[in-house]
Amino acid sequence: MSTQTLNYSQAAALALQEAMLADERVVALGEDLGRGGVFGQYRGLQERFGPQRIIDTPISEANIMGAAVGMALAGLRPVVEMRVIDFALCAMDEIVNQAAKNRFMFGGQGRVPLVARLPIGIWSASAAQHSQSLEAWFAHLPGLVVVTPGTPQDNYSLLKAAMDCGDPVIYMEHKELWGQTAEVDTALAVPLGRANRLRSGSDLSVVTWSRGIEPVLQALDLPELKGVQADVLDLRTLWPWDQQAVFDSAARSGRLLVVHEAVQVAGFGAEVAAAAAQATGCRVARLGAPRIPVGYAQVLENESRLSAAKVAQAALQLLQAKLR
Amino acid sequence: MSSHPAGRHRLIELYRLMRRIRAFEDAAEVASQGGVAAWGLAAAAKPALVRGPLHLSTGQEAVAAGVCSNLQRKDLLTSTHRGHGHTLAKGADPGRMMCELFGRATGYNKGKGGSMHIADFSVGMLGANGVVAAGIPVATGAAHALKIQHRPGQPQHIVACFFGDGAANRGPFLEGLNWAQVYQLPVLFVCEDNRISATTPTGPMTAGAGVSARAKALALPGVKVDGNDVEAVDAAAALAVQEIRAGGGPRLIHAVTYRFKGHVSVDPGTYRDPAEVQAALKNDPLLLARQRLLSLGANAAEVDAIDQEAQTEIEHALTQAEAAPWPEASAAYDDIMDTGAGVWR
Repeated sequence: MSTQTLNYSQAAALALQEAMLADERVVALGEDLGRGGVFGQYRGLQERFGPQRIIDTPISEANIMGAAVGMALAGLRPVVEMRVIDFALCAMDEIVNQAAKNRFMFGGQGRVPLVARLPIGIWSASAAQHSQSLEAWFAHLPGLVVVTPGTPQDNYSLLKAAMDCGDPVIYMEHKELWGQTAEVDTALAVPLGRANRLRSGSDLSVVTWSRGIEPVLQALDLPELKGVQADVLDLRTLWPWDQQAVFDSAARSGRLLVVHEAVQVAGFGAEVAAAAAQATGCRVARLGAPRIPVGYAQVLENESRLSAAKVAQAALQLLQAKLR
Repeated sequence: MSSHPAGRHRLIELYRLMRRIRAFEDAAEVASQGGVAAWGLAAAAKPALVRGPLHLSTGQEAVAAGVCSNLQRKDLLTSTHRGHGHTLAKGADPGRMMCELFGRATGYNKGKGGSMHIADFSVGMLGANGVVAAGIPVATGAAHALKIQHRPGQPQHIVACFFGDGAANRGPFLEGLNWAQVYQLPVLFVCEDNRISATTPTGPMTAGAGVSARAKALALPGVKVDGNDVEAVDAAAALAVQEIRAGGGPRLIHAVTYRFKGHVSVDPGTYRDPAEVQAALKNDPLLLARQRLLSLGANAAEVDAIDQEAQTEIEHALTQAEAAPWPEASAAYDDIMDTGAGVWR
């Protein structure tokens, strides 16, 4: 039997455990890993693999990321834990100038096969410095793969794909998804760069990822969108992204809405919308957070959150707009 | 510590290596003239053969030679933006290095990196780096891997991590030294202290008693040496490397030297007191080593022959580089990533 019930966190732990069993070059390093990691996504692994392979580190983000580059160059396959993406900003030189550029600037002499886990998103009233979704920053950088799993299945299968791919990967789990539980088929391989169709339809195309999935699907069940047949794609990987699936869908429906939790301005939705409009002539709309820091009080935080009502409103506007 | 532990034969080899580095730096400097307008100078009509920023280690050769002469091929090395000397001393070929500086397809980096990213992974030289202190975390990670991969009875390979005096004021210096000491990693930190951070003297910018004191605060054994005395650097490195290989954890060498040239080759360095520069030139590590060789009984002709050999080698490197092909434009799309390769927009 290759199917088991796992939550999003356990699915990732299982993927890492299997990779470590299969390949002794795989190690993980980051703060608090010996106690299971701050979200429990490493639970049990240090007991199983020892402190040499599940490495507790000082609070030294720059060195954690830079060391992972050195480890990768010297033959290991490190998995880096940054705790929350906001802390990875202390390691931006190591990500941007070292990990992403190494292979090219040294003329292909080395490879940097590492997976950097940078959990994103609004979670548990964590306010402005623990709630960001910065996927667009990394999608902008040549040399990096960018992955945003949105389900337990994808967090299992895509983490395995990320560890296997041999490139530096920015792997962004969403902090509000850790407890999401589902059947996970451990025999199912999900390739990087392939979108997942969650609903089929030709009235409207909706592209989303990560925490955007739930409000999009909820919105389609709201009365105001009754009868609308939407084509819903979970992008899953932001670089490389599944342009063909998006373009095909947008060409059929003529209307594309991109939904993400990140700030809308210069978000990755802008890239998807512009590319699809250029390729297909479709009408586009984006829904993301306003360009405000995430606030602490619930009423403030809600201003940055997606909701089914916000998605429905954006979808209706796009549906009502005249096509040329 | 003895300043002349190994005698004449050792010193001849150290001198030869320093002379090769000096010849390389002098040739690269000439090849970089013209080109860009910078530092208040106008661009010459003829484009320079070396187009990009060229950070010369002229005057600092004793540090590279003294340290790297104690390394084995399988040891690893991370360098700074001023890394030609480290690269040559680790065993790289000057012809392929010069090709890289010239931006040619036959360079170590296929013309994709230039001087600031010179590297030869085949001899364990993991690259010069355009960001100050950036090699330190990479070096600790490489050393961490070497420690994890080490098996009883096998030789312990080590990492030599070069950085400048300016790097000691960046965060990765503290993070990296702490890391190496916490995990007792096989890494030799070498602070190549040329006493200037780009165009600003480092001393007034640095609190406390300097790099060695900072290492000492982490209980990381460090030693300060005259970085213009190649025998002193060699002796300090020999001891440190031996202790590291034996499992003693990280060590630090603080080698004080002097940068003869500007921050980059087209920088005339007019912000420095000419008297200071003149005094430093009298303390040229090559001059000191030559005098020392003569005092140990070497004859002048023997030393001159070494100089001539180095000159000839670098002339060949220049000829090779000028004749070498440019990269194809399509190479701009190679060596980036495998996942999604071919999609660039």
